[in-house]
Order: sequence, then structure tokens, then C-alpha cells
Amino acid sequence: MAVYKRSYRAYSGRLTPEWSRFYILTRYALSNLFRSKFLTAAFVMCFFGPLVCMIGIYLNHNASVLALLHTRSNQIINVNGNFFLGFLGMQGGLAFFLTAFIGPNTIAPDLANGALPLYFCRSFSRAEYVLGKLFALFYLLSLITWVPGLILFGVESNLSGLAWMWENRSLGIGIFLGSAVWILMISLIAMALSAWVKWRIAAGAMVLGVMFFLSGFGAAVNAVLRSNIGHYLTPGSLITRVCADLFGVESPIDISVWSAWVGLLIMCGICLLLLSKKVRAFEVVR
Amino acid sequence: MTPVIELEGLGVRFGKRDILKGLTCSLSGRTIGLLGPNGAGKSTLINTLLGFHKPSTGTARIFGHDIRSKITHIRNVVGYMPENDAFIANMTAVAFIRLMAELSGLPSEAALERAHEALFYVGLGEARYRKVGTYSLGMKQLAKLAQAIVHGPKLIILDEPTNGLDPPARQRMVRMIKEMREAHNLHIVLCSHLLRDVEETCEEVLILKEGRIVHYSNLEEERSANRRFVEMEPIGDTAGLAQALEGLGCECAFSGGTRLKAVLSDGIEIRDIYRLAAERDIQLRRLNYRRDTLEDIFLKAMETNTNGSL
Repeated sequence: MAVYKRSYRAYSGRLTPEWSRFYILTRYALSNLFRSKFLTAAFVMCFFGPLVCMIGIYLNHNASVLALLHTRSNQIINVNGNFFLGFLGMQGGLAFFLTAFIGPNTIAPDLANGALPLYFCRSFSRAEYVLGKLFALFYLLSLITWVPGLILFGVESNLSGLAWMWENRSLGIGIFLGSAVWILMISLIAMALSAWVKWRIAAGAMVLGVMFFLSGFGAAVNAVLRSNIGHYLTPGSLITRVCADLFGVESPIDISVWSAWVGLLIMCGICLLLLSKKVRAFEVVR
Repeated sequence: MTPVIELEGLGVRFGKRDILKGLTCSLSGRTIGLLGPNGAGKSTLINTLLGFHKPSTGTARIFGHDIRSKITHIRNVVGYMPENDAFIANMTAVAFIRLMAELSGLPSEAALERAHEALFYVGLGEARYRKVGTYSLGMKQLAKLAQAIVHGPKLIILDEPTNGLDPPARQRMVRMIKEMREAHNLHIVLCSHLLRDVEETCEEVLILKEGRIVHYSNLEEERSANRRFVEMEPIGDTAGLAQALEGLGCECAFSGGTRLKAVLSDGIEIRDIYRLAAERDIQLRRLNYRRDTLEDIFLKAMETNTNGSL
């Protein structure tokens, strides 16, 4: 162990570029997240679905297995837009539950312990702070959404040939774009709520509560008003509509695509507004 | 020499309330004390200098850099120790200080080395692998100081650094501030309610009241000035005695009701005071030499009408 003399000296070495400093927060946030055994176990379980899908795709192309199963269409699963929509629905749901656990860990402890002035008294902006924390969630949730999705797409392309890949290239784009928008939205919701509810556990419950409340309220609005206006209040419906369009399949949500995009943008905007109100060095009481 | 802090008609407004009202002054000392009662605007001034609040009028400069346009540069050369609890609970002290150093721009390895050094310097070397959340209040203060100095700033802003410290810990903190001031090329702004801390460590003092500057004092100059302070307790026509002393060119001020303090002008001796008292049939119950303490300066400043600039 190094023994340090009790002395103070000024620092005169090189400095890291300012634009790259947001990633420091991402690095620290990620290293903290995996300290929880429960979270690590939950994260590993999120790979169960992609593994099953991959086995399905492999068996789909295994002639002896297909012959053994005597399937009518000579296929176990049909790898198309609906398959990937279902895949993203499943992984997106898991990503949401994971976000409800890890999202509040990002901002709430800093607010509860008054750490924000320490960040912002350095050449580190509020936007960089939010970006750093957001990137940590994006990185983690990417590993269970679009990354396995694109791996499945790659496996299917490899087994079906380049012609299939070219024909279905929009699926690859859809997997990435749909996942990215969903991750962005649930991360912003989790961060915004954890900024307002400083207690970590309460913030996690709030994330779950808000999403379920919005879904329930949206369904109630649809039922009472006999319209589809309630879909605009339900993040899940909005992202389903957008992903259905990206995958070129028929959507169960009967609202226009552009209005779904606008709905998602408004939700993200509200979350950013909530964050900008709370992520400050000091709260000013006017 | 470029002043450390220059305020130029600096005003800050929250909603309809003016918190800072046209502050103007120039401070160049190695250690600058910021004094004032609660709500005087000390913390708002610090927060404005750090760019947390936008000035509504005027501006301020730190080492010649304008806070309106060069705040990033200013933040690179400033270390800040906030008044309230500020830490990341589930991190060890060394990880916490390293994170702060990295955010200040130090590469990862250098940040780790500096974090160890800073923690040893403030006296937390043995506890550096403990989580900051488990620290006592005094240790948290030291951890805050460590994060303020880890990147080697040119100016350190300390907001109530001795808050919650027991007497030995307070003495250690004051000693450390003095040591930093004397041994290194550092400037320190110390904001404190404890006049003794400011008196022990600062060269210049700025006293705020209701968002305005009510007094500026260069303690170093006052300490070295050859002025003669006399405090007396007369019984009788006290006002008359004060008037007579002022007639001889002395400066007089009442404190604590009956006590009269005077700065004797050149050529005036103690026997002149006795003579004036005898002429007016005034008893002098007590008379001793006494210089103005910071407390006297502060109390006098609190009685002053505010005008905002020096």
C-alpha cells in the first residue's frame, strides 16, 4: 500500500476533454448497479427469452428437427415483423421492470444527500449529468432489448441467407429504433420520478404506479368515451403503435403513427421538464 | 495584480425579491471572510460566483474572468465546499473523491492518486475505505474539504467549514485553512457565522446585511495599524465627554450602553482623558486599552445603514 505524505500540491497534469466527462458518471453508475445480487440475477434472467428465441430460430432451420415434429408449415416459428414485435414487447416489459428497480438509484441518492452542488460546481453541466445517468440506463437496457434483437436478426439472416436480410432490413432498423425510443422513454420517466421522489424505494414504486395508472386510466377513458383517446395516455400503446409501423405489421392500437410519435415526444418532453426543475445545484424558493 | 473577486453592481433577484442589491467591491486578499447575519445573502453571493444563480444586474469576476461568460473556466479553478451535507452515501470516501477529481478533468489514475493524497491531507487517510454515509458529521466536513481541494484549485470557497465540529476538530480545520493559505498558492473565501474563525484565518472581511455590503475591513491593515484604542466606563455626562474627545480629534463610539470606546489621535494621552473627565465631574469606573475585535466591527456594521457599495 502506498504511504502518502501529508501534503497538498496543486495539480498541473493533463485534463480530460470536457465533452467526454459525462461518461464518468455512466461508468460509476454501472459499477454501482451490479453490486445488488438481486439485480444481477434479474438481469441474467432477462436473457432467458432471447435464448429461447434463438433456439427456436436454430430449430426452424434444422431439417431433422422439423421432420421429427411434422409441423404443417415446415416451420416452428415464423420469423417476421410480428415475431420481432412480440420479442420487443416481452423484452421491453422486462426492461421496464428493471428500470423501475435501477432507475431510482441513479438520481434519488444524489438529491437525498445534496450531492448536486458538488457536480455542478465543476465544469460539468446539468445536461451532462442527465446524459451521464441516462447513458448508464441506456447501456444496460440495450443489452436486453435491441442487442439480443439484432443478434436474433443476424442469426436468422445467417441461416436464411443475405436475400432475407436485404428483404427484411427494415426489421433491423425497427428493432434498434423501437428499442431506443422505449428505453429513452422509460429511463426518462424513472429519472424524472426519482428526482421528485427522493426516497429510492418510493421512487421505484412510483415508476410502477405511474405506468400502471396511466395504462388503467387510458383504458378507462377509452371505455367511457368510446374512443381511442386513452391510448395517448398509455406509453405502452404509443410504443406498440410506433413499433408496429417500424416492423410493417398491423397494429392493435388504432391511432395514427405520427400522433403516436408526437405523444411519445410530449411524454419525453414532460420528463425533461420535470428533470430540469429538480436537477439543480440549489432549489430556489421564490 | 488581478483581484481575486471583483463585484460590479452585482444584483440577484428571485421572483420579486432582491437578494443581492448592487454589490460593488474588489477583493485581493489570500483569505477573504464573508460575514453577515442569516439571510444577508452570503450563500447567494457564493452560489452566484459559482454560476448557480444568474445575476439580474451587474456582474462579477473571479481572477478577471466574468461569471456571465467564462463560468466553465472559473469552475475549473475553483473548489467549493458547501455548507449542507453533500456526499454520495453508498460510496467509499476514496471512490467519492476520485469521482469528483475525474469530474474536474483529472484522468482516472491521477484522480485516484490525488484522492488518496487529499484524504490523507485532511486527516481521513485511515478511514478512506469507509462509506461516506457512515462518517460522523466532522468526518463528512473533512470529506467535503477533500473534494474541494482534490483537483488543485486556485480558489477555494468554504461555506461554514466548521459547522458541527467539536472544538478540537474546529481547531484542526482552522489550522488547516491557515496552512493552506500560507504554504500554497491558494486563495480562500471563508463564509462563516463564527467570527472567531474568520478573525483567525482571514486578511479581508466583507460584511453583508440585507443583500448589501455594509462593511469592508482589511484585518491585516487594521492589525498592523498603529492606532490606539481605549475603552472606558464613565458615569455622568458621557455624551459630553465623547464630544470633548471628538473635539480633540479622537473617534468615539458607544458600545453596550454606557461603555465608550475611543481611538486616540496623535498627541492625546490618557491623562488628557482624565483631565476632561475631571473638568466635567465624570467618574471613570474603568479605562483600558482595547482594540476593535471583529465582533465590534461586525456589530458596528450591523448598525450601519446599507448602501450596497464600498
